[in-house]
Amino acid sequence: MKAPNLAVDIAGLKLKNPVMTASGTFGYGEEYSDYFDLNALGAVVVKGLSVGPRTGNPTPRIVETPSGMLNAIGLQNIGVKTFIDEKLPFLRRFDTKVIANFFGDSIEEYVECARMLSDAEGVHALEMNISCPNKQEGWIVFGTDPMTMDKVITAARKATGLPLIVKLSPNVKDIGQMAKIAESAGADAVSAINTITGMVIDVRKRAPVLANKTGGLSGPAIRPVAVRMVWEVCRAVKIPVVGMGGIMNAEDALQFLIAGAKAVAVGTANFITPSAACDVVEGLKLFLETEGVSDINEIIGTVRA
Amino acid sequence: MHRHFKAKVVDNNFAAEAFKLITLSPVSEALVPLPGQFYMLESGRSTDPLLKRPFSVFRFNEGSLQFLYRIRGRGTTSIAGFNKGDLINVVGPLGKAYPEPDGRFMAVTGGVGIASLYSLLERNRGNSVLFYGARNAAELLYREEAEKLSAKAFFTTDDGSAGEQGLVTDKLSEFIKNEGKSMPVYACGPHPMLRKVAAIAKQNNLKCYVSLEEHMACGIGACLGCVVKAKSSVGDYGYKRVCKEGPVFDADEVLW
Repeated sequence: MKAPNLAVDIAGLKLKNPVMTASGTFGYGEEYSDYFDLNALGAVVVKGLSVGPRTGNPTPRIVETPSGMLNAIGLQNIGVKTFIDEKLPFLRRFDTKVIANFFGDSIEEYVECARMLSDAEGVHALEMNISCPNKQEGWIVFGTDPMTMDKVITAARKATGLPLIVKLSPNVKDIGQMAKIAESAGADAVSAINTITGMVIDVRKRAPVLANKTGGLSGPAIRPVAVRMVWEVCRAVKIPVVGMGGIMNAEDALQFLIAGAKAVAVGTANFITPSAACDVVEGLKLFLETEGVSDINEIIGTVRA
Repeated sequence: MHRHFKAKVVDNNFAAEAFKLITLSPVSEALVPLPGQFYMLESGRSTDPLLKRPFSVFRFNEGSLQFLYRIRGRGTTSIAGFNKGDLINVVGPLGKAYPEPDGRFMAVTGGVGIASLYSLLERNRGNSVLFYGARNAAELLYREEAEKLSAKAFFTTDDGSAGEQGLVTDKLSEFIKNEGKSMPVYACGPHPMLRKVAAIAKQNNLKCYVSLEEHMACGIGACLGCVVKAKSSVGDYGYKRVCKEGPVFDADEVLW
């Protein structure tokens, strides 16, 4: 039997398979190249970038929770310029797509970031983070207010010719509605879900465990919520959807694909098993072979619901 | 050879009440660790607990790795349940090792910090002056063995049940004043102890290396969860990853 086709197309971005890494769980790729060949991936999505470097939040920044973890890293990153100069040359060596996740404190910073990354050789698409829950009080949260969201996406859209993926927040009333706003503001695709805001309290100290008080919940604990939200988003918009949230193996990834996602991202699982994303690719191949399906695209969106 | 491998549990026995020693035998060829490096051990079969747990390598020899740990939280409780013959996932060796001592050195440890320093004592047999503190006699794990590996050894306990009653750092100060002026200090233990050791070393102009402990999600430099506040060439401070730039740091780098 011929090997099944795993290639998918996300708004003109051709991926050799539908498996990406979720931003913030894969550094800038280097850390994982000791553990598997990055060529195996559909795309590497790098840690969120801002125009200048950020030191991030005070510690503690992470805490384990039942079947999950909370993080409040606070978008620590090296800044776009250092990324382009020092990290991108390494990623260019691989035959895998590079998606640069980026964010800003203002519409101007989003635009500047998008421009700088679009000009860099070896960045194939942008993922816009409008939904990080770990910003300090008083910062504008772009991803939960429809008006600001529309404005910032419209501005970023004008600043880049690359495929623009908007990462949606699950911390909203109607994620389908938010996806529609992203679509009409010019997004080429949406990704969902970012982490769900959570909190853990140390009862002896009567204080939150995380220095930031709250953090973003990820891992298998959020998977059913993520699958439901991705399914809702897929029904709401025509643009492609990248699904993520607690994917640990190929079976989990298939839930998102069947719900309608054209690609998936592996996140927290990378922390536990460094080769997790690569293992998902292998698992998908095996599933198609055993099910006698010749093309992954025949699976996508086939949920009977 | 891979940093990510499966290992068979050879033994997982109590070393003292609430302390266990796990011995692993990698099923494939594994890299040889250096003193101070650590491994991420699988914490169980299900997704709860979810994350691997970091442990300094205690001892290693021909194909076996040993880790000494205190059973404290959900992860170590789960790991304590592993049985002989179980196959578990392991990542390592990871992080920076202790710089190789050039001659005599002082080793300071509190509680289960001996887990990280023991292999350094072993590798530099007869060259260390050991300062080892614990809550009580029962928690001075591997006391006799550590003493044999050292040129000189001082023990302290909180309750006076072994060695001198008092703080290990007081013993260190006293020794430096009398005869330790030219030796570097290597330390692993609770954070307040390390802070004190770093201050003592600084006062006496001694080089000091500390092995820090932090909660980690990945252990390989990606999650940025295990960072420590450190001096930075840009700005007032920066965060350094305990898993990658550490766990062994020059005490001077750390913002205590």
